[in-house]
Amino acid sequence: MSTEALATAVGSAAIVLFAGGALVLAPYLQLEHIEPSPGLRPYTPEEAMGRGVYVSEGCVYCHSQQPRDPAQAPDDQRGWGRPSVPGDYAYDYPHQLGTMRTGPDLFNVGARLPSADWHYLHLYQPRAVSPVSVMPSYAYLFDHVDTVRPGDLVVKIPPEVQREPGIVVATPEAQALVRYLLRLDHTAPVLTASQEEQP
Amino acid sequence: MNGTIAWLFAVTFVIGAVGLLGLVAAIARRQFGAGGAHVPFLDHEEGWAEDPVATPRLQRVLGATPRSPDPAELRDRDACDRSSRGPVLAFVLSAVAWLAVGSIFGLVVSLKFQYPDWLTDQAWTTFGRLRPLHLDTVAYGWLSMAGMGVALWLLPRLLRTPLRGGRWATAGALFWNIGMLLGTGALASGWTDGLEWLEYPWQIDGFFVIGGSLAAVPMFLTLPHRKVDHLYVSALYIIGALVWFPILFVVANIPNLHFGVEHALVNWWFAHNVLGLWFTPLGLAAAYYLIPKIVGRPIYSYQLSLLGFWSLALFYSQVGVHHLIGGPVPGWVVTLSIVTSVSMVIPVFAVAVNHHLTVLGRFRALRHSPVLRFIVLGAMLYTAASFQGSMESLRSVNTLTHFTHYTVAHAHLGAYGFASIVFFGAIYFLMPRVTGVEWPWRPLVDVHFALIAVGFFVYFTTLTIGGLLQGQAMLDASRPFTDSVSAAAPWLWGRTAGGLLMTLGHLVFAVHVGALALRAARAPALSLTEEMT
Ligand code: HEC
Ligand code: HEM
Repeated sequence: MSTEALATAVGSAAIVLFAGGALVLAPYLQLEHIEPSPGLRPYTPEEAMGRGVYVSEGCVYCHSQQPRDPAQAPDDQRGWGRPSVPGDYAYDYPHQLGTMRTGPDLFNVGARLPSADWHYLHLYQPRAVSPVSVMPSYAYLFDHVDTVRPGDLVVKIPPEVQREPGIVVATPEAQALVRYLLRLDHTAPVLTASQEEQP
Repeated sequence: MNGTIAWLFAVTFVIGAVGLLGLVAAIARRQFGAGGAHVPFLDHEEGWAEDPVATPRLQRVLGATPRSPDPAELRDRDACDRSSRGPVLAFVLSAVAWLAVGSIFGLVVSLKFQYPDWLTDQAWTTFGRLRPLHLDTVAYGWLSMAGMGVALWLLPRLLRTPLRGGRWATAGALFWNIGMLLGTGALASGWTDGLEWLEYPWQIDGFFVIGGSLAAVPMFLTLPHRKVDHLYVSALYIIGALVWFPILFVVANIPNLHFGVEHALVNWWFAHNVLGLWFTPLGLAAAYYLIPKIVGRPIYSYQLSLLGFWSLALFYSQVGVHHLIGGPVPGWVVTLSIVTSVSMVIPVFAVAVNHHLTVLGRFRALRHSPVLRFIVLGAMLYTAASFQGSMESLRSVNTLTHFTHYTVAHAHLGAYGFASIVFFGAIYFLMPRVTGVEWPWRPLVDVHFALIAVGFFVYFTTLTIGGLLQGQAMLDASRPFTDSVSAAAPWLWGRTAGGLLMTLGHLVFAVHVGALALRAARAPALSLTEEMT
């Protein structure tokens, strides 16, 4: 290969590695030792499973998990919570920060909407709760049965909303997802970035 | 700690900028690379329009040219074109098939904003599954494969020597397609890595790594045989792209290395580099070659084009974190990305001067060259998308537009308006060249152009307005959140209408490409294997 081509290849590689050093490696070193935020505990197995459902159903394409600072946007006034800090995400893999708010930010939805029944109905048919909603119906996360067996979690769905006749039972996936949503609560106070700047 | 790192990068940034100024000085003083502008042309070819889709009238509007290129040189170039036939067809035909599939995914996703209960009985047909399927199909199936196909066709022309080792790339296309099929199945079934742009499970990513590496083999085998004194700027962009993408793709996909907020940083560093250091260089390589070829004159300023390449590399590689403005990431990284995003006006200006001034005064050529129409529209939308991107990274603008459909409109301005439309034009140019077969129904090219130009205009304008109204409603805490949903709703119909026209255009294109490929396969003189190296 000619020197010109080689110089181009090596120069290009060097530049992108330098950029990776700036945007990824340096923050990696800076964030590596961040402690989980006060009060944050690891996910229980069921919550982790629910988070898995959240990931595989692609909730992130409509919901962010990163409230902004009140100095920038009124996220707090919408009840979305204080600005998040790196320690809040200590147990999150893969990250689900999101870049779209077709629906509200969910980082503190467990604190804002603490009722499991509300979530079951909303997941089954969002438009039963919020008529203009464009959120998909997740009725496929529920079973329609004739008889309730021990251990089944029956959820109350108004008959006019029901997709199929029968008794509506939440599948383990739906139960885990709701567990995860209720667990989304990062309201415990921390020192946020803007507070650090003005002590 | 924070301060030290910030200083470190401020210093490195200054060093980078000084290096760039040094390059400018070198270019100015030693006329470094000045001969490069003529590389696309054979002897006495300047003044001649090359365009397999245009009518002879194109040459007439460009004016008479006293001498003709040497027939022997023309034959050599034909040999270059035919040397890349196998791998180029493998990549381009796959790309067009994925384009059709990906557009239908996009259209269904768009319709779900109007009919949210439509197709919600099965998980794989819901929004959250089809949206990543749309993005990944058009990004990795259409744009990546089209870009590699175009690059493989350009290389022998740029180096004036037949492609060596084309079979490696053909095998690469096979691996890439297997990756695509497995990835599509995985996402449909809910198996995903969960990061936007990086959804394909890492267990499947190996197919892309192998496929992409194989596709780069002919470049390394052919470069040593080059018969030109200078590397044309398109060659620089192709070398850059084929070096960058594997590095980015591997770093971002390593499992269980990244964590929490850092995972988001690597996610968006990667995602923006897919646009900036993969689609963009491949699209610019095509535009930088085809514009001068079609109008028959060298680009306006070759030196500027080199400056454009290196400043693009330096700035674009660092803009990714502008996707996380206002997010829980270290402030200095965000600032760095905002500064580099705004600095992008330098490479964009360099490209814009070259693309637009080379065509200036020859606009009548647009009437007679359908390919030029695609490329010039694409080049204009590149300039537009880039300036828009620099603006969007400003905190004040970002506060309004981030998290809204405005961003989606911007994403399509770059990935569709620029990259896709340039690749359409390039494919119209190269298919007759590599197969020796004319386009079966020339008017279909105009139908395709009209459908996507009108469709995209509707798509972009309606979605931009919808996004602004959505953002405005969301920033006003006295209005309920659902106001932002209702405010955008009517405009999302516009996106569906525009997207329908675009999708129809893609189906017309796919049928036409398929028909040409069938004819080529039937033409006995040029069997698919005969010409391969
Ligand atoms: C197509 C976009 C879309 C997708 C996908 C989506 N949502 Fe929503 N979501 C919305 C919209 C719009 C709203 C606001 C209207 C409403 O309450 O339904 C919403 C509201 C919500 C709310 C109520 C939040 C509040 O503060 O009122 C929750 C909880 C929620 N979604 C959870 C989920 C989960 C869990 C998933 C994935 C299984 C999901 N969403 C997928 C669009 C979406
Ligand atoms: C073939 C070329 C196309 C390319 C390269 C392309 C690219 C993209 C990209 C990059 C995104 C992600 C946007 C973001 O996250 O900001 C996206 C999303 C999307 N695209 Fe396309 N697209 C193409 C065609 C289409 C068509 C024809 C339609 C039909 C309407 C369409 C509809 C959508 C929709 C609905 C989304 C999701 C937006 C959301 O999440 O709200 N796209 N596309």
